[in-house]
Amino acid sequence: MENYITLTIDNREVTVPEGTSILQAAHKAKVNIPTLCYHEDLCVAGNCRICVVEVEGSRTLTASCSTPASNGMVIHTSSPVVRNARKDIIALLVSEHNTQCTTCYRSLNCELQSLAAEYNVDNTRYLSVLKPNIQVDRSSWSIEKDDSKCVRCQRCVRTCSELQHVNAITVAHKGKDMKISTFMDLPLNEVVCVNCGQCVIHCPTGALTERRYYDDIWEAIGDPNKHVVINTAPSVRVALGETLDYPPGQRVTGKMVAAMKKLGFDSVLDTDFTADLTIMEEGSELLLRLKKAFRDKENVALPMISSCSPGWVKYIEHMYPEHLDNLSTCKSPQQMFGTLAKTYYAHKIGVKPEDIVSVSVMPCAAKKYEANRPEMKASGFQDIDAGLTTRELGRMIRQAGIDFGKLEDEKFDSMMGDSSGAAVLFGATGGVMEAALRTVYEIVTGRPVPFKNLNIMAARGLEKIKETSILLKGCKPEWDFLEGVELRVAVAHGLKNARTIMEQIKRNESPYHFIEIMACPGGCIGGGGQPIPTNDAIRKKRIAAIYAEDEGKEIRKSHENPEIVQIYKDFLPEGPLGKKSHKLLHTHYTKRNRY
Amino acid sequence: MKLSLKKVDLILGSYSNEEYKILFEMLSRNSDEILKDLIESGLKGRGGAGFPTGLKWKLCAEAVSDDKYIICNADEGEPGTFKDREILDRVPKRVLAGMALAAKVTGAAKGYIYLRAEYSFLVNKLQKELEEFHKILKSNNIKFNVEIFMGCGAYICGEETALLQSMEGKRGEPRNKPPFPTTTGYLGKPTVVNNVETLVSAFMVCRIGPEEFKKLGIQGSSGSKLFSVSGDTPKPGIYDLEFGLSLAEFVDEFGDGDTKAVQVGGASGFCVPRKKFNETTIGYRGGLTGDSLPTGGSMMLFNSSRSMYNILRNYLDFFAEESCGQCTPCRIGCQQLKNGIEAVKKGEKDPEYLNQLLKLSDTMKITSKCGLGQSVANSFSSIVTNFTEEMIY
Repeated sequence: MENYITLTIDNREVTVPEGTSILQAAHKAKVNIPTLCYHEDLCVAGNCRICVVEVEGSRTLTASCSTPASNGMVIHTSSPVVRNARKDIIALLVSEHNTQCTTCYRSLNCELQSLAAEYNVDNTRYLSVLKPNIQVDRSSWSIEKDDSKCVRCQRCVRTCSELQHVNAITVAHKGKDMKISTFMDLPLNEVVCVNCGQCVIHCPTGALTERRYYDDIWEAIGDPNKHVVINTAPSVRVALGETLDYPPGQRVTGKMVAAMKKLGFDSVLDTDFTADLTIMEEGSELLLRLKKAFRDKENVALPMISSCSPGWVKYIEHMYPEHLDNLSTCKSPQQMFGTLAKTYYAHKIGVKPEDIVSVSVMPCAAKKYEANRPEMKASGFQDIDAGLTTRELGRMIRQAGIDFGKLEDEKFDSMMGDSSGAAVLFGATGGVMEAALRTVYEIVTGRPVPFKNLNIMAARGLEKIKETSILLKGCKPEWDFLEGVELRVAVAHGLKNARTIMEQIKRNESPYHFIEIMACPGGCIGGGGQPIPTNDAIRKKRIAAIYAEDEGKEIRKSHENPEIVQIYKDFLPEGPLGKKSHKLLHTHYTKRNRY
Repeated sequence: MKLSLKKVDLILGSYSNEEYKILFEMLSRNSDEILKDLIESGLKGRGGAGFPTGLKWKLCAEAVSDDKYIICNADEGEPGTFKDREILDRVPKRVLAGMALAAKVTGAAKGYIYLRAEYSFLVNKLQKELEEFHKILKSNNIKFNVEIFMGCGAYICGEETALLQSMEGKRGEPRNKPPFPTTTGYLGKPTVVNNVETLVSAFMVCRIGPEEFKKLGIQGSSGSKLFSVSGDTPKPGIYDLEFGLSLAEFVDEFGDGDTKAVQVGGASGFCVPRKKFNETTIGYRGGLTGDSLPTGGSMMLFNSSRSMYNILRNYLDFFAEESCGQCTPCRIGCQQLKNGIEAVKKGEKDPEYLNQLLKLSDTMKITSKCGLGQSVANSFSSIVTNFTEEMIY
C-alpha cells in the first residue's frame, strides 16, 4: 500500500504519495514553481537551481524538482529570499547568454527569455561572461548548435542518452569551460547524431535549432521559372496550429492548405499520397519476404522493419549495421514523393524536372538530412530540394502576414494530393503498422481486417513497445501457404525502445514478422520538427487528432485510394515491387561506425 | 621545537606492527558496542564537513542490502591540506584498520581507497600494505577486500557523491541529495565514505575508548585532529592538536610575529583577520562563545607582506576552474566573483559593486547544489568584508 504524506506549500495543505517531489506536490496544490532544467520527459537533473524553494528549518534553499516532499514540511515558494535567489540565478544565466534576442529564432518561445521577463531581470546586473568568438556549428543538414545560447541545463544531453540512446552530445570540460559537446568536439555531421531533433524540441533556448531553409524557399517561389511543389506530412496538420496560437490537438488541414496556396506554392500536394504508396510497396515487400520464408523456405531477413523514419534509419546504420537486411528497402514517403514529383508529376503537367523545386514540410529534423543523402537522386535530380519543419512552415505563414485563423478551408491539388485515412495514421506511433495491416490482410484474405471500424487498437497509444498478432485465416488460393499463420507484429517509438527491439533481434529471439519503428517518442506527432513544447499531454492530443482525421476520411485503406490505383495503372504498370518502383521507390543503406 | 599548545600524538604516534593485532581484538567485539563507542565519542568527520561518524556508520548499517561499500576518501584536494598524505604514508595500517571496523559495523565486504591522482607515488607502498592486510584478514576468516581507485585530478571529486560518480565511470559531478550515500552510494548500494583521518580516528576511539577520546577537545568538538600548517610561518608542517584551541594561541605558536590573517579550512574556509584572533575558536559550533570555525585541517598564515586581493583572486580562479560546472550559481557565480573583484580593482566598476558581489555569494551559499558552490562565500565574504580597502586600492 502506498504511504501518503501531508505538507504545507504556501499555506496550503496538500497530501501526496511518499516519494513525490516538492515540485510535483506544488503542482498538485496548484502552486506554480518556475523551472528550466526540468522536463517531464527526462530524469531530474537539479542543476539550474531556478526551482529552489524555502523549506522551513533548512540551512539552504532546496531544489524542488530533485527533493522528495516529506511529512510536515512547511514550504514557501515565493518568499522574498526565494524570489531574490531566483532573480540572481536568472541574472547569472543572462550574463552567460548571447542576449541578441531580436535575431534569435526562438525569441518569444524561449524559456530563459520568459523567466527574465517574469523576474524583471536585464543584462546589467553582472558583467558578461559570454565566451567570445563562439562559432555556430552548421555542419549538419538538420541541426544547428549555437553554444552562445546554451544554458547548460543538459536537457539535450539527457534526451540524447535517455530517450534516444544515441549519446551524440554530452558534457565536456568543467567549471567555467563546461559546455555541451560531441565526441572529440567534432562537428555534428561527423558524429553518431541521427538528426532526430529531439534535442531541439527539448532545448529551452535557441542553442539547438533546426537548420532553416525558408529563405531559399522564398527565393524559389519568387522565381518565375521555377515550379514549386510542396507536400506535407500527416502529422503536420495536427500540430501546425500550435505555432499559430491554436491549442494542441487542433486539426488545421484545410487552413494549412489554404495558407500554402497563399504563400505562392504552385502546387500543394500531400505526403499522405506517398504514404499510401509506401503501404503498397512495403506491404508487398512484407508479403514477398513471407512467401520466401513460408513457401520457398528461403533464408530471408525477418522480421522486416519499417524504414519511414530517417532518424531511425541512421540509428540502425550506426548501431546495428549487421541488421540492415531487416530494414524494408522502401524509401520514406518524403523521398517517394520527391522522386515522383520530378518524374511522374513533371511529365503529367509538362514541366521540365529541372525546373521543379520540391519542398516538403515534415515534423522532423532528420528529413532534412534524408533529402540530402547522396543516393536520393533517383529522378536524376535531387529528389527533395528542401525539407522544412512544422515550425518553419508556421514561421513562413507569420512572415507572410497571413491571418491563419480567418482562412477558408481548401483542398489539396490533385494527382498526388489524395490520400486514405490509413496514410494519416503514419503520423502516430503504430500508424504504419495499422495502415499496413489494413492492406496486407485484405490482399491475403480478400476481407477487411477483423477489427471494429478497421481500428487496430493494439497498435495505438504511448506504451513503449506494443505487440499484437493477427491470425491469417481463409486465405486466397495464391496465399494458401499463409493459412493459419499468426502474423506477429510489434511497434516501438523512441530509439531507446528501438534498442530493446534490436537487442532481441541480435539475440535471435525476436518473435515478430514485421516491426514498425519511429525514432521519436510518440511517432511523428512528437517529431523533432514539431512545435515546442512537446510533452506526453500534448502528444496524446495530437494523436487523438490523427485518429479523428482518419475516421473522417471516406477511404481508409491505402489500396483504395483512387490516385494510387491511377499511378500503378499509368506509371508503374508492373505493380508494387516492379522494376520501375524498384528503381524509383526503393533504396539501399550504408554501414556506419558507432562513433 | 617547543609547543605551548597542548600537543597530542594520537593519529600518528606509537605506530607499530601490532596494529592489526589490536584490530582483531576489536573485531571480536559486538558491532553494536563498537558503534556505541563511536557515537559516544562524538567523533565528527575530519574532512571538513563534520558529519558525526557514528551516525553515518549506523545509517549504513541499518540500510538493507546484500552489497555495501566502505570508501576511504583520500582525494585530499583542499588547498593547504596535506595531512592525509602523511597519514597514508606513515600509518597506513591504521587507515585499513578503520576501514575494517567500518566494514564490520555496516556489513560491507568491499572497500576502496579513492586516491588523489597526485599521490600516485603512494600506490606501491599501499599495494604492499594491502597484500599483507588481505593475507592477515584471510587467515582470520574475515571477508573484506580493499582496492585502490585512482582519482584523475578534479578537486570536485573530493565531494563524496562526485567521488562516487567518478568511481562509476561517470563525470565527477555531485549528485542530488537525498538520497545520501549511506543508503544509495556506490553503484546505488549503501556506502560509507570517510576521510582518511576519520577512519584512523575511529580506530583510535575504539582503541583508547570514548572516555579518553572525549578528554581531548571541547564540547561539540571532541578529540584532536591533524592540522596542516603553511604560509608565513617559521614551522610549517603537520601537527596533532586538540580541538577547541583559540586562534590567538595558534598564532602565538605558529605565527612569524607579523600575522595579519589566518585562512582556516583552505580556500573553502574562512579568513580571520588579526582583530578577531582572540574571539575565534577552532572547532564545530556548539556551546562556544564567539566564532568557532570548522576545518579540514588547513591553516594558512599570512603576514603583512601579502595582498589579500591576490589571495582571494587566486582562490576564485581556482573555484572557477574546479567547479564541476553543472549548477548555475557555482559555474557562473565563481566567474562573476572573480571578474567582479578584478573590475573593481581596475576601477571599471564602483566599489559599491562589491556589495552586489557579496549578495551573489550569499545566493551561491543557499542555492548551489553541493558544498563547493555553497562554501565559496566563506572565503569571499570574510576576505572582502575584513579587507575591503585592499580590494579597492
